[in-house]
Amino acid sequence: MQKILISEADFDIEAEYAALKKTGVGAVVMFAGIVRDTAKDPQLVAMTLEHYPGMTEQEIDNIIKQAEARWPLQGVRVIHRVGRLLPAENIVFVGTASAHRAAAFESAAFIMDYLKTNAPFWKKEESKTGSVWVDARQADETALKKWQ
Amino acid sequence: MKILYFAWMREHTGCSTEEIRLPENVANISELAAYLRGRSAGHEAALRNLKTVRVAINRKYANLESPITDSDEIAFFPPVTGG
Repeated sequence: MQKILISEADFDIEAEYAALKKTGVGAVVMFAGIVRDTAKDPQLVAMTLEHYPGMTEQEIDNIIKQAEARWPLQGVRVIHRVGRLLPAENIVFVGTASAHRAAAFESAAFIMDYLKTNAPFWKKEESKTGSVWVDARQADETALKKWQ
Repeated sequence: MKILYFAWMREHTGCSTEEIRLPENVANISELAAYLRGRSAGHEAALRNLKTVRVAINRKYANLESPITDSDEIAFFPPVTGG
């Protein structure tokens, strides 16, 4: 059971959890990525996410297939928002379901690590002083090494 | 063929997509980029440093040496920053 959704609308974590739970297995792991709050960064006004429709879904599908080849997974759900997002809004959701907790934990981390470096999304940060495209981080590339 | 640009590259070129006819002497991505640089100052700025650019042919990652044809969809974009 797999779901890939790119959407401007917010996601409902309860509904995603219910769908993952329906697989009947013993372990569900869910990750949510969130726009940081203005308490942490008072200058931040919003983030705008752009993507490459068609390629994005295909890349995420590839990542899920790789995860399914490595771990016994009964369910994978990936949702990524695009458009203008305000501080504290949800950006991304990854949920995995497996009979084994290690598989659920590790596959969720694997999917997020590959999503960050391979799925064609770009973030533009809007602050009180102007807008800048976020630079890719070397740390995200380094994170992939542990899976190779 | 269809050329797509994303993020700051799109802002430089001033267009998210453009249709061109593949010139006869252009056979791969780096030759295409060199050709596109001549289209405007914005294209030149976007495609000046290909080391920092990612490229896809028909929605699959490719590299500067990848061969291209006139029916391909080519996308140029910066390293991705989703998640």
